[in-house]
Amino acid sequence: MRRTALILAPWLLLLCAWYALHYSGLVNPALVPTPHEVAVRFVELMRDRLPLDILMSTRRVFVGVICGIVLAVPVGFVLGWYRTIRTFIDPVINFFRALPPIALIPLVIVYFGVDELAKTVILFYASFFAGVIVMYEGISQISPIYVRVARTLGATDFEIFRKVIVPMAVPHMLTALRVALGVAWATLVASELIAAQQGLGALIQNAGSFFQLDIIYVGIICIGFIALLMDLALRMATRRFVSWQERIV
Amino acid sequence: MTTGRVRIAFDRLSVSFPTARGRMLVVDDVSYAIHDREFVSVIGPSGCGKTTTMNIVAGFMQPSSGAVTLDGKPIAGPGPDRGVIFQEYGIFPWLTVKQNIAFGLTLGANRQGAAVREEVCQRYMRLMGLSDFADAWPRMLSGGMRQRLALARAYAVKPQFLLMDEPFGALDAQTRSAMQDLLLQVLAAEGKTVMLITHSVEEAIYLSNRIVVMTARPTRIREIIDVPFAYPRTDALHESKEFGELRSHVRDLVMQEYAVQAKQSENVSG
Ligand SMILES: Nc1ncnc2c1ncn2[C@@H]1O[C@H](COP(=O)(O)OP(=O)(O)OP(=O)(O)O)[C@@H](O)[C@H]1O
Ligand SMILES: [Mg+2]
Repeated sequence: MRRTALILAPWLLLLCAWYALHYSGLVNPALVPTPHEVAVRFVELMRDRLPLDILMSTRRVFVGVICGIVLAVPVGFVLGWYRTIRTFIDPVINFFRALPPIALIPLVIVYFGVDELAKTVILFYASFFAGVIVMYEGISQISPIYVRVARTLGATDFEIFRKVIVPMAVPHMLTALRVALGVAWATLVASELIAAQQGLGALIQNAGSFFQLDIIYVGIICIGFIALLMDLALRMATRRFVSWQERIV
Repeated sequence: MTTGRVRIAFDRLSVSFPTARGRMLVVDDVSYAIHDREFVSVIGPSGCGKTTTMNIVAGFMQPSSGAVTLDGKPIAGPGPDRGVIFQEYGIFPWLTVKQNIAFGLTLGANRQGAAVREEVCQRYMRLMGLSDFADAWPRMLSGGMRQRLALARAYAVKPQFLLMDEPFGALDAQTRSAMQDLLLQVLAAEGKTVMLITHSVEEAIYLSNRIVVMTARPTRIREIIDVPFAYPRTDALHESKEFGELRSHVRDLVMQEYAVQAKQSENVSG
């Protein structure tokens, strides 16, 4: 009861602030639609294009992140475990990571066109570099004492990998996934803003050209909530898989 | 009590490490033997090379010259015949107390069925007073409990040797004394050949058959001291006159070596 109240309180506060802004006269009320106007528009759009937009956007994120993480996990693993390789590869990784994926969108459009492949490539790029860094930073922090202990108990190299290194890598894998998801989501909307017919970014972009502020708000709020839900789901998964850890992330 | 057959033999062992200023000699021509079911403590100034010698017995390192043999055979690498208790314990945080103890028995080298594993776990949890924490995560354990868990995990694979590197260093005085008694009790039940590194003169005397006092780096043997007290030993031993005499003798040796070390570092910096 108390918990629910505490969870709801900041949202209600935001809602109040939103109304206050609308009615305060500080800004032109026409530029800030009221929450209930946005809600009505949301219901309307749900019967129209919004479900497809949400589906397209989430699907792109999932495909991109999964491809990115599937590669980031083994690569991050090798870089984290072998210090010598890391010394040479680290600057390269950091070079590519420093490039904002959004800045690459024009180039990707030239090479891959404007269809699904282009977006998948951008998201793959974004989630790979976000994920690989988290992964190898995490792995390189793993204390070698556990490997030594396992050896003194008679473990072979393969047993050490399966029974010591993998369990220790799981939390880092989940963190990498979370970070990649966040980055990919931000990048996706940007890429849809530039070139897409469907998706939440496209919805916002179209609404912008027609000055439909309420639709822009619907789009933005959807983006926020979907990202929040994904993160919550991942956090729950993390809690299940690594209950041995005190605090997760 | 140096009667049994030789189990661990250090034969003219020397170890040096490469450093920026050339090779640094750490262990310099050390020879001694540890006999069957003997308890040998190694004591000496910090940084002299005690852990280094133990790492060679454990199989993590190779001698630069000379040899260390186990039952006359050279040491190829780490193995479950030598249980190692590390100073930082190395309890696996992703496994419960019971799973930690069972770990060695799930490996190919010592694999046991679930029933045997359960039995072994129960036995050592009882012995180490961990029964109420079978399914607890290690992060919930106190320092003393972690120490006991490390010991239980090492014991579960039935090692013939126990190599302990300052195992009680992180414990408070009461827990430490309780752990020493527990160790003696466990050793009385299942005899092992033990090499223990410690900084505590009292601990070395209370636990061991013999004490090897090492010099400052490059470390050599300063003196090997027989501890004449019969087992089982009890806390009252600490109060005896002989214990006191032995203590001041060993303490003097160690203090002298610390003085040598201090002088050396003065020379280096001066
Ligand atoms: N891998 C290594 N490379 C270079 N030098 C090393 C290495 N391992 C140990 N040393 C050096 O060898 C010396 C002895 O180290 P060792 O850990 O054996 O000391 P110790 O007697 O166990 O000390 P303490 O009582 O403080 O644990 C130290 O000066 C240390 O810096
Ligand atoms: Mg040491």
